[in-house]
Amino acid sequence: MKNVAVLQFPGTNCDLDTKYAFEKLGCNTTVIWHKETELPEGTDLVVVPGGFSYGDYLRSGAIAKFSPIMETVIAYANNGGKVLGICNGFQILTEVGLLPGALKRNIGLHFISKFQTLKVVNNSNEFLQKCNKDEVLNIPIAHADGNYYIDEDGYKKLEANEQILVRYCDEHGEPIVVNGSVTSIAGICNSTKNVFGLMPHPERALEDILGSTDGVKMLEGLIA
Amino acid sequence: MKAIVNIFLKEGVLDPQGKAIHHALDAMNFEGVEDVRMGKQIVLKLTSTNEEEARKEVEKMAEEILANTVIEDYTIELV
Repeated sequence: MKNVAVLQFPGTNCDLDTKYAFEKLGCNTTVIWHKETELPEGTDLVVVPGGFSYGDYLRSGAIAKFSPIMETVIAYANNGGKVLGICNGFQILTEVGLLPGALKRNIGLHFISKFQTLKVVNNSNEFLQKCNKDEVLNIPIAHADGNYYIDEDGYKKLEANEQILVRYCDEHGEPIVVNGSVTSIAGICNSTKNVFGLMPHPERALEDILGSTDGVKMLEGLIA
Repeated sequence: MKAIVNIFLKEGVLDPQGKAIHHALDAMNFEGVEDVRMGKQIVLKLTSTNEEEARKEVEKMAEEILANTVIEDYTIELV
């Protein structure tokens, strides 16, 4: 049984959904308060879930970066540990520098909450190993600051090293503009492919009753 | 002493909020606005009386938390 640690900051609101999701997938899951300085022994995966840590004050994810647990998570990731950031978790991982780039206000300024089709760009990583390249997934998004930015040099590196995970697309897999992200990027990983971040919420797409089960094969990759 | 930190998205990084304000101004028939950038201003009241030291300290704050230098530039004004 894999051990998953789900972080919880003041303002996090997807912690229990994420815990439920990984438990449903057969993991032993613990919610870790941000004031903690240690992860449970034998942690196989750290998830930084969605929400509004510190009310998104200053910038999304900016203040969470100084929570005590983050130092431990950075050391864990630098040691090869697997970390997944979903939505606000993705923003936090870019703020702490575990992932390149940054997330800006959506191009239309609106908070967007809906199901969104995503194209799997690269599956040469643990996270998307159970998905096919170019496969179209249906996963909910819910964010105001999901407009991914990276400079040109950074983008070239992402592309060359197969670090782009998913792009927003139409039902045929053609990239579309959803929030203004550079080349419609919805998720990326770091160069060593152990830290993953995406704006969409796979933990909200695990059951038919929720409208999609495409999140299962995403999350299962990390706990295979 | 006060430090006024102004933070703006870097030139070349699209500013969605500035763009929306620009559109609104156009819609209101305000002419002659070429571009709008929106940023934020953070005012710090400092105990320090040494300007040089204060500037160094505020620079550190800006680099470490106040701005995200991947997408933002900042200026510091001491008054």
